[in-house]
Amino acid sequence: MSAIHWDSFFFLFFALVTCVFAVAVVVSNNIVRMASYLVASLCGVAGLFFLSGAQFLGAMQLMLYVGGTVVLLIFGVMLTARGPFISMQSSGGQWVLALLTGGSLLAVLLQTVGQVRPIVEPVPVAVEVAAANPTTTQLGAGLVGVRTDKVGQSSDDAKKPVGYLLPFEIISVHLLVVLVGAAFLARAKRRGGEGGIRR
Amino acid sequence: MDLLTHPVGLSHYLIVGAILFVCGVVCMTIKRNAIGVLMGIELVLNGANLNFVAFSSAQLEGNAYGLGLDGQFIAMFVIVLAAAEAAVALAIALCFYHNHATIDVDRGNELAG
Repeated sequence: MSAIHWDSFFFLFFALVTCVFAVAVVVSNNIVRMASYLVASLCGVAGLFFLSGAQFLGAMQLMLYVGGTVVLLIFGVMLTARGPFISMQSSGGQWVLALLTGGSLLAVLLQTVGQVRPIVEPVPVAVEVAAANPTTTQLGAGLVGVRTDKVGQSSDDAKKPVGYLLPFEIISVHLLVVLVGAAFLARAKRRGGEGGIRR
Repeated sequence: MDLLTHPVGLSHYLIVGAILFVCGVVCMTIKRNAIGVLMGIELVLNGANLNFVAFSSAQLEGNAYGLGLDGQFIAMFVIVLAAAEAAVALAIALCFYHNHATIDVDRGNELAG
């Protein structure tokens, strides 16, 4: 028996975690359990990010998605989980329609993926070189236009590598505006019917 | 098993991304809880992110189909925008809950408040 390629073993592990918990999110009826399964699935995706060489993005996924966005969803679940809303089931006819749509979409996507295989052969040397260079520095330099991954390109002015500083600033302002707006939208509104608390 | 003894290629990552995407789409169509629909949206965005990161990985170095660091930049922006969009969608869901005392999307069938 040939030796186990541990990279592939860990890929299989994280891929199974991701897919099984994603299917569990779809199948489960309890909204609180769906939130837990989503956390597990997104942690699996973070593991896949680390395996494919995007270390900074994997850490970002854990911090922002698992530790931020999903916690926000759990807040929403906890604020609205009363009695009949914790487990709501859809009728069988709707399930048939949804699975038909999802199944045909999955068939089309998998067939497209099957045509990608002849294009690429895995290059182990490049993978090991990339593993030795953390992407944090490369991403930070790439934001301002110093692209370390496109070193051998022509120095022609029209083909200079571009940075991502403007989109970065735009999404920073966008995030601020959206969070202020969401906090304002979801504020606790004073009801007109109640008399003053102080009498 | 062939998968355990050979290095994993690009198409394996794309298959996982496709499964995540389809799970998210089915979740969006089938869930009656508005927050369940939001979870479907998160699954869709993660499937797309996995695709971007797979195409930007080092095994595509020097290939015409490789994205280099661009894929990781795009995935970074998608994560931030997904967080912003989840915040707004959650605020809307909470307003709906405050006004109608239900989080069931099947009850949201009238345009008048």
